[in-house]
Amino acid sequence: MTAVADAGASLGVSGEGAGATTVDVVIVGAGPAGIAAAVRAAESRRRVVVLDEAPNVGGQIWRHRSRDTLGAEARLWIDRLSRTNAEVRRGVAVVDVVVGGDDAPIVVVAERHRGGAEVIRASALVIATGARERFVPFPGWTLPGVMGIGGAQALLKQGATFRGKRVVIAGTGPLILPVAASLTDAGARVLLVAEQAPFQAVRDFAISLLTQPDTLLQAALYRLAFLRTPYAMGTWVTSASGTDRLAAVTVANARSTWSLPCDVLCTGYGLVPNIEMPRFLGCATADGAAVVDERQATTVPRVFAAGEVTGVGGVTLAIVEGEIAGAAAAGVARVDPSLVRRRHALRAVARRMDRTFAVRPEIRSLARGDTIICRCEDVRCAAIASLSGSRQAKLYTRAGMGACQGRVCGPALELLFGWQSGTVRSPLEPARLSTLSTAALAGAAASTDTLHSSGS
Amino acid sequence: MSTRLPSGSGWVTVSADGRPVRVPAGVTVAAALTDLGVAAFRRSVSGEPRGPLCGMGTCYECRVTIDGVAHRRACLVLVSDGMQVTTAAATQESP
Repeated sequence: MTAVADAGASLGVSGEGAGATTVDVVIVGAGPAGIAAAVRAAESRRRVVVLDEAPNVGGQIWRHRSRDTLGAEARLWIDRLSRTNAEVRRGVAVVDVVVGGDDAPIVVVAERHRGGAEVIRASALVIATGARERFVPFPGWTLPGVMGIGGAQALLKQGATFRGKRVVIAGTGPLILPVAASLTDAGARVLLVAEQAPFQAVRDFAISLLTQPDTLLQAALYRLAFLRTPYAMGTWVTSASGTDRLAAVTVANARSTWSLPCDVLCTGYGLVPNIEMPRFLGCATADGAAVVDERQATTVPRVFAAGEVTGVGGVTLAIVEGEIAGAAAAGVARVDPSLVRRRHALRAVARRMDRTFAVRPEIRSLARGDTIICRCEDVRCAAIASLSGSRQAKLYTRAGMGACQGRVCGPALELLFGWQSGTVRSPLEPARLSTLSTAALAGAAASTDTLHSSGS
Repeated sequence: MSTRLPSGSGWVTVSADGRPVRVPAGVTVAAALTDLGVAAFRRSVSGEPRGPLCGMGTCYECRVTIDGVAHRRACLVLVSDGMQVTTAAATQESP
C-alpha cells in the first residue's frame, strides 16, 4: 500500500483522495443497484467506497440536478445512503481492476475526470455498471440531432429543455413511452412515437403486465397522460437526413413510407448490459450478461454483480439484486428469502419483454454500404460487411478501436452480423498516461501482496 | 457527506466558442450547449459534425474542449462560472 501511495505522489497525483484507500467493499456504479449494495454493505458495518463517472449519484434512471426532481423511491434510497458512512466518489472512471489470488486485496484504479488517479483496495468488489443503449445503424444516424431515448432523457435530467423542438421517437419497448412524456412535459413537440413491434405483441405484453404489478406499468400510465401524440405500432424509422444537423426522417410501416421534418430523433432499441468489467476479470457471461449465483456472486471469487449488468430487468430488480449483492459482499451468509422471491418474479417479466420487443429483420438491414457503423473511426458498412468477425474488422478497418472502445458499434455488429465483441483489455476507459502508470504499479503491488500472503 | 445534492439554483456565465452566455447552474455542458442550439460538438475523423448520442459518457460523441483540455465529455461535466467551452462549430476541426 505504501508503495502505491508513494508512487502516486511521485507521479504528481495530488489532492483529496490521492494514493490508496483501503476498504472492505468497493462498488463500481452509483445507480440503483450500486446504491442498494452500498446501503446494505455499509449497514452491515463495512467500510464502503462507491465509484461513479457521473457528477451526481443515481445512475441513469435516478439522474437528477436537484433533490426536488427525484421520485419518492429514489429519494428514499439516496437519503438512506447518505445516512451511512459509505463514501461516494463521483466523476471518476475505473480504468483497471486487479483481483489477486487468495486473500490479496482487490485493487481498483480510477481516473478523476479533472485529472489524477486514485487507487482503492478492497476485500470484495460489486460491479453495478448498469446498461447502455443499443444503437442500430441506419442511413443518417450520425447526424447531430439523432440520439438515443436514454440520451434525450439524460440531457433532460442534465437540464436541457428541448423547448419547441420537433421530436420523433422511434424504437421498441416500454422505455420509449416515458421519454415521450418527459419531452412533452419539458416543452418539446413530440410528432410521432413509432413502436416497431406489431400491435398484437404490444397488446399481449400489456395484458400480461396486468397480472404482474411492476414499475413497467408506469409506462402505460404515462402513455395515458399524452394521448395527443400519435403512437404507431408496427412502425419504424428507415433513415434520417440533413446537412449539418437532422432535418427530416423517413418513416415506414408494412404498407407505406413517408417523410417527416423534425429537429430531434430519439431511437431506443433496447439496452445492452455493460459487461466490459466482468469480462475483463474473466467472469463467466451468458447472453450478453454477467452470470451470477443466488448471492449475486460472479464466477470469480469475491467479485459480485448486480443490476442491469446481470441482464436488463429494470430499476426494481436492480435494487433487489443490489441489496443481495451488498449483503453478500459484506459477508452476510444468509440471503433474504423475500428478496430472492422478488428477484425471481421480476426476471420473468424481463424475459417476456425481451421476446415481445425483439428488433424486426427490416431494421437490422437498414444500413447501406456508405452507412457509418463505427462512429469513432468512421468505418462504413461496405468496409466491414465482407469480413469474418469483430476481430478482423478491428484489425483491417479500426472498427471498435476508437474512444468508445466498441461500446456503440460492438452491439451493432452483433445485431447486424451476429459477431461477438472481442476481448476486453485494460484500460477499461481512455486514460491519461500518469493514470496508466499508477495502474501498472497497483498491479505490481497486488502481485507482491499475493506473494506476501502466500508466504505468511 | 459526498452524496449531498446540488441546489440547482442560480446562474453562471460560461464562454461558448468565445461568446459569453448565462446558463443555469447545475446543468451539464452538453445540456447547456443543446439548449443554445449547438449541433456540432465535435468533428469526426472524416470531418462529419457530431453531437450527443448517449448522454451518459459511453459514446464519446459530445467531446469538446473545456478550459483548454480537449476531449472532455460534455455530458459528464457541470458548467461553472468562467468556464471556457470550445466546440467544433468554432474550429471546423476536431476539438
